[in-house]
Amino acid sequence: MADPFLSIQNVKKSFGNVSVVKDFNLDVGAGEFVSFLGPSGCGKTTMLRIVAGFEEPSAGKVLIGGKDVTGLKPNQRNIGMVFQAYALFPNLTVAQNIGFGLKVAGMPKAEAQQRIDEMLNIIKLPEFGDRYPYQLSGGQQQRIALARALAPKPKLLLLDEPLSALDAKVRISLREEIRSIQKKLGITTIFVTHDQEEALSMSDRIVVMNEGRADQTGTPFEIYNRPSTKFVANFVGTLNVLEGTISDAASGTVKINAEEIGLKGKLNGSKSGDTLSLALRPEAISLGRKAGNDSNLTGQIADVHFLGSVIRVRVGVGQNVVSLDTFNSPSSPPPVVGQKTEISFSSGDVLVLH
Amino acid sequence: MKGSRFWAWLIFAVGTAYFFIPLIATFEFSLRMRRGEYSFDAYRVVFGDPRFQETFAYSVTVAIFTIILGVALVVPTAYWIRLRMPHLRPIVEFATLLPLIIPAIVIVFGYIRMYGSSSPLPFLATARGTDALLVIGYATLALPYMYRAVDTGLRTIDVRTLTEAAQILGAGWITIIARIILPNVLIAVLSGAFLTFAIVIGEFTMASLLNRPAFGPYLQNIGANRAYEPAALAIIAFAITWGCMSVIQILARFAPKSANRPN
Amino acid sequence: MTQASISDPAVAAHSAPPDANRGFRLPTHWLGVAPFFIFALMFLILPTLYLVVGAFQNNEGQFTLDNITQLFRDASIRDAYRASIKISFWSAILGALAGLAIAIAIVRGGLPGWVRSATMTFSGVASNFAGVPLAFAYLATLGRLGLVTVLLRDVFDINIYAMGFNFLTTWGLVAVYLFFQIPLMVVIITPAIDGLKREWGEAAATLGATQVQYWRMVVIPVLWPSFLGTVILLFANSFGAIATAYAFAGPSLNIVPIKLYAQIRGDVLHNPHLGYALAFGMIFITGLANIFYIWFRTRSERWLK
Repeated sequence: MADPFLSIQNVKKSFGNVSVVKDFNLDVGAGEFVSFLGPSGCGKTTMLRIVAGFEEPSAGKVLIGGKDVTGLKPNQRNIGMVFQAYALFPNLTVAQNIGFGLKVAGMPKAEAQQRIDEMLNIIKLPEFGDRYPYQLSGGQQQRIALARALAPKPKLLLLDEPLSALDAKVRISLREEIRSIQKKLGITTIFVTHDQEEALSMSDRIVVMNEGRADQTGTPFEIYNRPSTKFVANFVGTLNVLEGTISDAASGTVKINAEEIGLKGKLNGSKSGDTLSLALRPEAISLGRKAGNDSNLTGQIADVHFLGSVIRVRVGVGQNVVSLDTFNSPSSPPPVVGQKTEISFSSGDVLVLH
Repeated sequence: MKGSRFWAWLIFAVGTAYFFIPLIATFEFSLRMRRGEYSFDAYRVVFGDPRFQETFAYSVTVAIFTIILGVALVVPTAYWIRLRMPHLRPIVEFATLLPLIIPAIVIVFGYIRMYGSSSPLPFLATARGTDALLVIGYATLALPYMYRAVDTGLRTIDVRTLTEAAQILGAGWITIIARIILPNVLIAVLSGAFLTFAIVIGEFTMASLLNRPAFGPYLQNIGANRAYEPAALAIIAFAITWGCMSVIQILARFAPKSANRPN
Repeated sequence: MTQASISDPAVAAHSAPPDANRGFRLPTHWLGVAPFFIFALMFLILPTLYLVVGAFQNNEGQFTLDNITQLFRDASIRDAYRASIKISFWSAILGALAGLAIAIAIVRGGLPGWVRSATMTFSGVASNFAGVPLAFAYLATLGRLGLVTVLLRDVFDINIYAMGFNFLTTWGLVAVYLFFQIPLMVVIITPAIDGLKREWGEAAATLGATQVQYWRMVVIPVLWPSFLGTVILLFANSFGAIATAYAFAGPSLNIVPIKLYAQIRGDVLHNPHLGYALAFGMIFITGLANIFYIWFRTRSERWLK
């Protein structure tokens, strides 16, 4: 990146003996939407709070717009933040909440009112200015919180699991709305979430965090299709893992149960006799043989879940159970539990996990 | 952050000094009865005083009756309000808060004028009647606390479902309240009971104006006539209050924390 | 078919009971709350009304405002009210501020957990430790032979009695009343401070607000109703308190409840209706404080649910 807008350099953070963030580095370009994705306790929220200025890093520094802000207080950083629990001020109306940052900054009343109206239009709640937070639904409150964070035109927007407290339907509509507002305003955004679907659908780039480290940083496409670690592969999306043994490293032959498949060029340096974990996404596996799939394994159908347009089938392959999805075709009968079957996949789709 | 912690410690330290110096001083004073050395003589004298035993026993009895009256009055009412007449809640809540606005001395003054020996309801004509009026007076004083405790307790259980379940099994109202509701809010009721006990046991104004031989007037009388016993009595009274509050805290640990269906 | 079944007597009989039931249930509905309302009427409202009505009557039972004006004309009564209001006002204000400071310190001060639980337990005890024993405790502390008095005299060479210290002054009583007022404030206001979310402060900070601005625009407005409500409760609490003061000085101290006590015992005012007026004045003042509070709450706190 030529000129990162936000730069996090060698940041470490420990509380007492517990190291929560271990050597974190990230450059975020202007206008980029980057997600921190990871399970709870992975350090993603701590990292966000370091960017916001609520926590002081034990080492390293944070630059916003090329300026070192590591020692600055949150109220000197010109950031906007949205919290999981909305955190609207209960004693202020919606308009007063949105205008809070403007009032604090000393903006003249008329100008502030104009900006408030503008924000209310952006979040599509133009009639709600005089209401109090308790009169609003969770989704509405969170949109107000977003408007409040954006009203003072911050240079950086931080979103701390803003959708986690909402119910499923609102969550999906609001994530589209947040993304479109972010694009429209072109504001650099960091979004913290533990929900892979949110991260995949909203982000320009995702940082998958694990135990205080960035395991992998990449576009949603890269993260999903080319996970670089076992953790990333497991955390993002559903994954089938097959345990195998290398029978011939030179030719790339791997033995799974009694059957062999060829994985030439994917074993990078493993020796014959080594065991490995092979991972496959459900959508990469087909029930039965299929043109273009060069690898086949036999198994027995263990479980069939009818999900409407899709049927999720679990197939026992030796010690392993593999999930795969087949489309529901009304003309052919669904698979039957206990039935012997073959599964096939392309060796190119196999992820070898180290 | 560090600065605010310093202030917090300072405030806490000043507060601790303000509250503990009198207690330590009182305890020290209560030990000074024997000249030149510390002893528990004052406590021995107090506990050995038949007047102490009589008045304390009287106040305990009154407290127990007060608790029974309070529970009998508050539990069915709070239950009924929750179940059937939620629109009356503001009125009932207002009534239960009145004793915080109307001073005890005014309430008892009203009793003395209204229920005198020549009135249609001559509570004050007999000693038993006066005892009853004292219990009633204490029940009004405890009303705000008792009602709050019970209502909070009821909030944590699903009153309607429990009642309907009991009705399906053929229970009548008395059975429902005594066997279903009361056990479920028992912790809350007991908290209210111990608070009532703490309020009633040393109460002075009502007991004194109704001329009952209660612990409060006895305390006042000792205070006016003795030197070291009052300090011992203050420590005893503090210990009783502490005991009641500890029981309430322990009870709170057993209280159901969440409701199946809040409200 | 449908028509026929509705006119069928058996079905009609079946559909009747709900109506009959409703008609029958109405009184039992009220029966459930009747004991409470009868009790409140007989032992709370009517006795109070009796005094209020009596305050506006003369000995012949005719309406008069004489008793009320007498409250203002009689210098001793006027002084008693003034002293009572002063004691209650200051013990409420100081108790509320000190209690608030302690509550903020234990909730927000970053102190270890045991400090909070110990403070809450102690506050529960101390807020109920009033009356006669409290007076004993202070006499044992700051009385002529009290520990603190003696220590100050012997160690620091300060004789507080020579300096004019006396419990039976407004400030003496305020200091004593604070022993239960402060803990009562702590007990009531701590949950309100718990209700202040940490995220509010963080949201304000990211919006550029200083700590002072955050307090001025959010914390104080949010806490204000609970604070004011508790101040009024504390005011009423000490306005009606009598036992502590009586234990210090017997009937000689000139505050309203002690005056009323003496009046009830022996008609020292030589006019029963003036006694009623005295009681009415007490209710009037505590009632007024509460009406002010309710008015304030409904008027300016539209954001309260």
